[in-house]
Amino acid sequence: MIKETTIAGVAAALPIANLDTDQIMPKQFLRGIDKSGLDRGVLYDLRFDGEGEPRRDFVLNRAQYAACRILVAAENFGCGSSREHAVWGLLQFGIRAVIAPSFGEIFYSNAMNNGLLPVVVSQTDVDRFTRDVEAPETNSMSIDIQRLQVSSATHTARFNLSARHRQMFLDGLDLIGASLAHANAITEFERRHWERQPWLQSVAAMVRARVR
Amino acid sequence: MPRTLYDKLVDSHTVLRLDEEHVLLYADLHIMNEYTSPQAFAGLRERRAPVRRPWQNVAVVDHIIPTHPLKHRVILDEASALQASNLARNCELHGIALFDTNDPLQGIEHVIAPELGMIRPGMVVLCGDSHTTTYGAFGALGFGIGTSEVEHVLATQTLVHRVAKNMRIRVDGRLAVGCTAKDLVLQIIASIGAQGARGFVVEFVGEGISSLSVEARMTLCNMAVEAGARSAVIAPDEVTIDYVSARAHDMKRHLPRAIEQWRTLRSDDDARFDAEFQFDAGNIGPRVTWGTSPDQSISIDERVPDPDKAKTPQQRDAADRALRYIGLESGASLEGLAIDRVFIGSCTNARIEDLREVAKVVRGRKVDPRVRAMVVPGSGAVRDQAEAEGIAAALIAAGFEWRQPGCSMCLAMNDDVLRPGERCASTTNRNFEGRQGRAGRTHLMSPAMAAAAAITGCITDVRKLEQARD
Ligand code: SF4
Repeated sequence: MIKETTIAGVAAALPIANLDTDQIMPKQFLRGIDKSGLDRGVLYDLRFDGEGEPRRDFVLNRAQYAACRILVAAENFGCGSSREHAVWGLLQFGIRAVIAPSFGEIFYSNAMNNGLLPVVVSQTDVDRFTRDVEAPETNSMSIDIQRLQVSSATHTARFNLSARHRQMFLDGLDLIGASLAHANAITEFERRHWERQPWLQSVAAMVRARVR
Repeated sequence: MPRTLYDKLVDSHTVLRLDEEHVLLYADLHIMNEYTSPQAFAGLRERRAPVRRPWQNVAVVDHIIPTHPLKHRVILDEASALQASNLARNCELHGIALFDTNDPLQGIEHVIAPELGMIRPGMVVLCGDSHTTTYGAFGALGFGIGTSEVEHVLATQTLVHRVAKNMRIRVDGRLAVGCTAKDLVLQIIASIGAQGARGFVVEFVGEGISSLSVEARMTLCNMAVEAGARSAVIAPDEVTIDYVSARAHDMKRHLPRAIEQWRTLRSDDDARFDAEFQFDAGNIGPRVTWGTSPDQSISIDERVPDPDKAKTPQQRDAADRALRYIGLESGASLEGLAIDRVFIGSCTNARIEDLREVAKVVRGRKVDPRVRAMVVPGSGAVRDQAEAEGIAAALIAAGFEWRQPGCSMCLAMNDDVLRPGERCASTTNRNFEGRQGRAGRTHLMSPAMAAAAAITGCITDVRKLEQARD
């Protein structure tokens, strides 16, 4: 988890609606059993042409955006496949936050679980930010997580983050550790649940044994 | 307070409420595949945590598996082979049920779990795959999750669940001949948009739903995620109960009591929904996507829309971009558009019912020689059944490739890939840029429509093709 209260740096605009996780992290980069090397795959077909040559006109290939830490994206960013590789890859690529009018739901959770900050602001705010960061001389932005405020050269907007998500981001909450602390409650739940619906217990193992 | 079906399923699985928005939700079943689980098992190893309930977890090799029609399958790609062997090792280590590469019952996760009787009404099912919404067909709540959450489920058998809003979609009337649940769901997505159901769990109701088979309901719920839905549900009825009773043999002695409970799995009459939509099944024709988002589809007799008429500037830009990618112009007709490939498969449309539809269209006809057409059954059981019914023989005789089960060209992680520029009639669920291969052009449609395209070599109204036969 990244513990920061401010994320600041170069921002790049990606005004493509419904930019799905297949595009953020194409299939050929999903063959690992660890998380390494995913920075290579980020937005691959947008960054490279069919011969593997960088597309010079693509924003992330331009020198002024080489140090990009923030993406200003379009609606429904990260829709589609649940692949968390998209989030791991963006982080490895150096991206710390994505600003958009809306996010795919699974992507949003995945981002939170890895300390990639998804910032939801209105389309109007996104348009203002996009206009600013499209010009290299005004391409830096900053996001204040304490004050829930995001600013570009000429525009500032407020955003929301649930108390839980803010804490996760600022304190790096260990979700699994926190849930393991509820082990007794889970055991108690299971007892009642299986008493009422015994046919829901151990279904996977029962079926596997039956069809062997 | 009156509750929706979704509310009831959340309530019956809430271990505890974490805050205003989140509950700790219990998972009855957790399904894993080879590519979204390895890092979760590794995380578990690092924290030296055991799998809490191994018997409520099941894994399958489906995404990377080659589908060549060879009886014994060997994964030649080294990295993919490692994913498969790593999954087998993890399952062995933790005592988790596995359907491995050469298991005769191997198949796509969302096809095998229901057909083997693992999915039961009232369940919460989780899987590191967005199409877990499929299980709504059973009155079960299915959520797609990320790998961090997979690790969380392995360790605790629970999910930190942000409670969603309720949406109801009523479908009146019945689908006309030649139209299917795929056409219905493409229509719904086109109407409400790729993020129209974002933040919601959708409940489907009405005659247009109750008249569907369980397989067709799976197709519908499967693609609800393409409208951005967190999940989808359909209240179980006699059709569901028959389907489950015929497959979940291990729960026979509990069945009467279970059925009694399943009948209560419905939204209260006065339950409140945050959003509602209504559709008429009778008005829906065969649909085909023209763009690169599942919400960009038209009825076969319509024309590709004019981007300038889009509702928002964002949608206009998206449409412009999509048309450039797909190589079409506004005003064009999709009917008669030549295709290079046909892919019949995926967790949306590779069940036995789908293959029967394909066989019906194909009977007595030949695949157009310009087209490469493949059928990838959803599972080993589907494949066997299709062979027993003579479907496989008919497809092979017509010139289709009859392959081994897997995800295959739905996401093209194995060697079933479109070449740049190739145009494909596909029964899958995503027409994203590059989904079936870099610069490949995907047109989503029903199995019957894909079969018709294979026969004529171009996108075709299956209803006309069938009329010509009569
Ligand atoms: S068939 Fe396609 S959508 Fe379904 S699980 Fe496989 S890759 Fe995902």
